[in-house]
Amino acid sequence: MSFFGFGQTAEIDIVLSDAETRKKAEHKTEDGKKDKYFLFYDGETVSGKVNVTLKTPGKRLEHNGIKIEFVGQIELYYDRGNHHEFVSLVKDLARPGELSQSQTFDFEFTHVEKPYESYTGQNVKLRYFLRATISRRLNDISKEMDIVVQTLCTYPEVNSSIKMEVGIEDCLHIEFEYNKSKYHLRDVIVGKIYFLLVRIKIKHMEIDIIKRETTGTGPSVYHENDTIAKYEIMDGAPVRGESIPIRLFLAGYELTPTMRDINKKFSVRYYLNLVLIDEEERRYFKQQEITLWRKGDIVRSMSQQATIATQRYEGSNSASAQAKEESN
Amino acid sequence: MSEATVADTRRLNSKPQDLTDAYGPPSNFLEIDVYDPQTIGVGRNRFTTYEVRMKTNLPIFKLKESCVRRRYSDFEWLKNELERDSKIVVPPLPGKALKRQLPFRGDEGIFEESFIEERRSGLEQFINRIAGHPLAQNERCLHMFLQDESIDRNYIPGKV
Repeated sequence: MSFFGFGQTAEIDIVLSDAETRKKAEHKTEDGKKDKYFLFYDGETVSGKVNVTLKTPGKRLEHNGIKIEFVGQIELYYDRGNHHEFVSLVKDLARPGELSQSQTFDFEFTHVEKPYESYTGQNVKLRYFLRATISRRLNDISKEMDIVVQTLCTYPEVNSSIKMEVGIEDCLHIEFEYNKSKYHLRDVIVGKIYFLLVRIKIKHMEIDIIKRETTGTGPSVYHENDTIAKYEIMDGAPVRGESIPIRLFLAGYELTPTMRDINKKFSVRYYLNLVLIDEEERRYFKQQEITLWRKGDIVRSMSQQATIATQRYEGSNSASAQAKEESN
Repeated sequence: MSEATVADTRRLNSKPQDLTDAYGPPSNFLEIDVYDPQTIGVGRNRFTTYEVRMKTNLPIFKLKESCVRRRYSDFEWLKNELERDSKIVVPPLPGKALKRQLPFRGDEGIFEESFIEERRSGLEQFINRIAGHPLAQNERCLHMFLQDESIDRNYIPGKV
């Protein structure tokens, strides 16, 4: 019997098999704090041990089963009750019975698909975690361990520049150019603004990076805009024929890769906003979407990922044998 | 896989600027002064007019130089016309000063020198802010206010 604290209870601890060697990545939590979590990529195996420690020595722990789950889910803040799970794997560690002493269980989720990057935003959160549960009649004991997933890309094959002429008839004509349409997170935006006609009194010009998080579908779509950066590129009044250079280093800003229609639940897109301000504080602006992508840090991690991906397609036998060897 | 370790941050190529563009007069020249307040009339029928002088090289204005006389109610008329016909947020005018128009004041009320100067400055700010707005420049009422001898309140509102 376990009520009023007279029964047996236990503590669960999840330890990864490669906890010593695996890299950690910083990730912002919902309340803005930065924490470090183990970093995983798509296709990597998630393995380790679940330690169950009995609190009161000598007493037995009755249970209805012990299991561990690997979950990838999307949580919309305005609809917290509904979690949308896009990855859900279970491994049973123990059948219903009882534990007479503390015990350790091994687990392995082989070559787990992790299709999306972890994301914590203003109105939505996408997270991956391990959850070990001891089922009991009255109340379960469970422990969660969050991990962070990053999606890597290689240099895009096609990456055309953005060049456009915009303006207000007879008042202001400019031609803006950005050297690429797809930038990686540590890239540099190189561009220029060329003035064709200036009949207003411009005081200065800046370029902003705007992040737009879109949640919901159909009539209940909600956009949350956040100005990530404001960078002044010109101070003073330009005249016709002048060319203003742009050089904006992205590594200094908190950016994520562009995420389009993730599991049909949300999107995160980035825009460059070119703003001209005149002497009467009137603002003239032109917004342009750019695609951001995450580049692998080391070449090795890219080919490792490719190897795992081909193993997944080629067949299970040789791959799982190799994985079992690695985890021992 | 070969990748550049340092990004190419060299400037993009651009056409060299024409020297007449670089050193010539700018295309955005627009100056409006509100000055020389004159109080006309006697007793209770007095009112103050101001000279509104404009110099510009913007092609949208018919005259490159103009000089007209306007009173406070003319500025009010312009503000109302723009608020009704255009989509812009019209800046505020200096106050109507109704309290100053009540009798039994110790001073000259709305004909007090310091008040007129305050009002003149506010009107100058107002007209400069409005005249530089690309959308206001399309309205006939603005052109009539700045460049016609007198304001025809029965005009047909519209775009230039």
